[in-house]
Amino acid sequence: MRKTSLLSVLFLLVVLMAKAQGEAPEMADKMRAEGKIYVVVLVLATIFAGIIVYLVRLDRKIAKLEKQQS
Amino acid sequence: MPVPRLNILNETIRNLYFHVPMWFTMMLLYTMSFYYSLKYLRTGKLQDDIYASQITNTGIFFSILGLVTGMEWAKFTWGQAWSNDIKQTDTAISMLIYFAYAILRGGIKDEDKRAKVSAVYNIFAYAMMIPLIMILPRMRDSLHPGNGGNPAFSGYDLDNDMRKVFYTAVMGWILLGLWISSLKIRLTMLQFKKENTFQFDFEKNKKDA
Repeated sequence: MRKTSLLSVLFLLVVLMAKAQGEAPEMADKMRAEGKIYVVVLVLATIFAGIIVYLVRLDRKIAKLEKQQS
Repeated sequence: MPVPRLNILNETIRNLYFHVPMWFTMMLLYTMSFYYSLKYLRTGKLQDDIYASQITNTGIFFSILGLVTGMEWAKFTWGQAWSNDIKQTDTAISMLIYFAYAILRGGIKDEDKRAKVSAVYNIFAYAMMIPLIMILPRMRDSLHPGNGGNPAFSGYDLDNDMRKVFYTAVMGWILLGLWISSLKIRLTMLQFKKENTFQFDFEKNKKDA
């Protein structure tokens, strides 16, 4: 009886350990998932943000000129 | 469009359509501004100086976008955003040279002096930029393709499907760069006319005709 319970505990431990090793730790790997497609998304977002910022600055300059005109 | 399946790069090979055209556009804009600086020194027309300066400013904008996208790409393929790769370092130096151009222009009030000094500076900046970006990285080992004996634009990393998208993207980004420059040139001309009772040459011709 004692032998079987000891064996079962050992078995449980082995199973748990195997499970722990099989599962890689969860890390912030979203960028490296799905064939790293999110890097492309990030690059696109950067360019988009850059263009928007630039356009807003241009808009302000034009607005300033318009103000001077009137 | 399908892309080649490569290790490490994976889908990020598609960044080629965005990161590389930034530099192509910058290169073309700097070349144009070099031409207009030369033209200014030959003719002395302030209009050419406005062209040169605004085209350079747009080029600086594209170089910033190119650097940031390159760093993001490098973070997930080369392991770190800045690995002191020879091309990264040299590009950073040439960017600083062009930042100095913008600062130099901001520091001189007199239009003619500003135009003359910055035109000369721009010519030297261009003469520095070409060896820094085009020549020196090719003589050393680099992570960038096309440098240190790595092939670029070959069957290894650019197949025919990619070529179609890439060249179209390059056209598109270059046209966008030209459009932004033309907007800025027009705006600066208007500002300039506002501040000075000044007539550009093409306007004189229009009135004569």
